[in-house]
Amino acid sequence: MLLLAVDTATPAVTVALHDGTDVVAETSRVDARRHGELLLPAVHQVLGDAGLTLDAVTDLVVGVGPGPYTGLRVGLVTAATFGSVLGVPVHGLCTLDGLAYASGIEEPFVVATDARRKEVYWARYDDFRTRVSEPSVDRPADIAEQVAGVPVVGAGAVLYPEVFPDARGPEHQSAAALASLAAERLAAGAGFLAPVPLYLRRPDAQVPKNYKVVTPQ
Amino acid sequence: MADEPLVLGIETSCDETGVGIVRGTTLLADAVASSVDTHARFGGVVPEIASRAHLEAMVPTIERALKTAGISARDLDGIAVTAGPGLAGALLVGVSAAKAYAYALNKPLYGVNHLASHICVDQLEHGPLPEPTMALLVSGGHSSLLLAPDITADVRPMGATIDDAAGEAFDKIARVLDLGFPGGPVIDRLAKEGDPKAIAFPRGLSGSRDPAYDFSFSGLKTAVARWIEAKRNAGEEVPVRDVAASFQEAVVDVLTRKAVRACKDEGVDHLMIGGGVAANSRLRALAQERCEKAGIRLRVPRPGLCTDNGAMVAALGAEMVARNRPASDLDLSADSSLPVTDPHVPGAGHSHDHDHVHEVSKENLYP
Ligand SMILES: [Zn+2]
Repeated sequence: MLLLAVDTATPAVTVALHDGTDVVAETSRVDARRHGELLLPAVHQVLGDAGLTLDAVTDLVVGVGPGPYTGLRVGLVTAATFGSVLGVPVHGLCTLDGLAYASGIEEPFVVATDARRKEVYWARYDDFRTRVSEPSVDRPADIAEQVAGVPVVGAGAVLYPEVFPDARGPEHQSAAALASLAAERLAAGAGFLAPVPLYLRRPDAQVPKNYKVVTPQ
Repeated sequence: MADEPLVLGIETSCDETGVGIVRGTTLLADAVASSVDTHARFGGVVPEIASRAHLEAMVPTIERALKTAGISARDLDGIAVTAGPGLAGALLVGVSAAKAYAYALNKPLYGVNHLASHICVDQLEHGPLPEPTMALLVSGGHSSLLLAPDITADVRPMGATIDDAAGEAFDKIARVLDLGFPGGPVIDRLAKEGDPKAIAFPRGLSGSRDPAYDFSFSGLKTAVARWIEAKRNAGEEVPVRDVAASFQEAVVDVLTRKAVRACKDEGVDHLMIGGGVAANSRLRALAQERCEKAGIRLRVPRPGLCTDNGAMVAALGAEMVARNRPASDLDLSADSSLPVTDPHVPGAGHSHDHDHVHEVSKENLYP
């Protein structure tokens, strides 16, 4: 078994290889505006580090978000294309679940990432493997009561310390955690999400330039 | 000929997800998934809706094109993709898919220019492009006059719109007349029943001191809108067919006049017209008439190849392979404002110091 995991739903461009037992190679770079440029070289790097080629991959794992749209799509379309060429399954995982898994926290907590526009993507967990709410997008102040008193993992905690005073690591997503979670789920026969994006917002669908009445009334 | 390059091309610069496959100058498949219906109620292309649709359609459209062409992806000689210009988020989906596809298949990747592709597509219809070719590209996104001595390496801007694209003007006038989106086909249809001389709408940038090859459609758009509003304010019925015909005539008159003049000035005996507006029947007819008079051979691909599609990208990619142009790197960017003077985006080669991946990838990918 060889899992290739990618996630571009957050500012991190992160890629990892997992052989079913351990992470065999990983690379992450935080650069919110260069997902498109960085992802393929990162895939090439982890394969090279492991001394393997893409043909050896048996399963693809992709973070489906939630995440700001443009970067999110890079990982999803890359995984879908690999899946099509290699003829191997593409497993979707909630990006927040990767952060939760990486935290290793054994008590109730929250994961919150940056949704921009002064909002966070977030979800509640009973422990690092168990998400107990659907991912949502909200203004931090609007969820202050719901998250009061529990640790918060992810960049959302760093950005809004007034709402999330108990910030815990990690701040950034890692495909290594995502791959480890996927390997556990595959071994346990647990399900995955479809490899389609969790946008959680409707597109800003406005006519770019409205026709204006030009005759003075 | 079996030794002609077999290339798959991906186009996602606007609202069409296009995947084409060509062998040299022969079209094997042209699969398109369009999100135009989704945009219709907004009266224009909404970038985020287009990007979402590209992601959904990408892999199925690639698979459909391969099936139609009846080839195995392993036999491809290269993967071409529109690197720009276009909508940034939309381009990024296609570029990411093309890179993944090229990498997974171990094939060279060619990031190419959307405008040069619009010109090169005519090779699939009328054989190799004459060198040089003069090209008039008119669509909802562009209105350009380009001189192409070598479509893979040398494309020179002669003129362009200074405000709206020609197709945009069609869309806007259709909106004023409540005809829906996109405006081109419906105005073309109504204009056939109208009088093109009924209303004397202005011809933009046509004065003797104006730039010879640039276009302007904003003033025309305003003039037509004012004329319609004056009628409506006076409680009179708007003669929609005459307005459509007269407006359309003003657009195609300027386009063809300037294109033919550019050919004459540069001593070029071929004019190519591409882009979505090239499907306009009056543009085709008037261009034909004026080219014949001037001794210029007109080349206009069939309408399906004029609008955005993957075949045009594959056509230019095949030419890149045939002429041994350098492939692009794995870190190829989507460049929403890629200059028309860059027909493709060659790799950085060995001159990089910050990222060893370039070096490794070339050995592994392009043996
Ligand atoms: Zn176009």
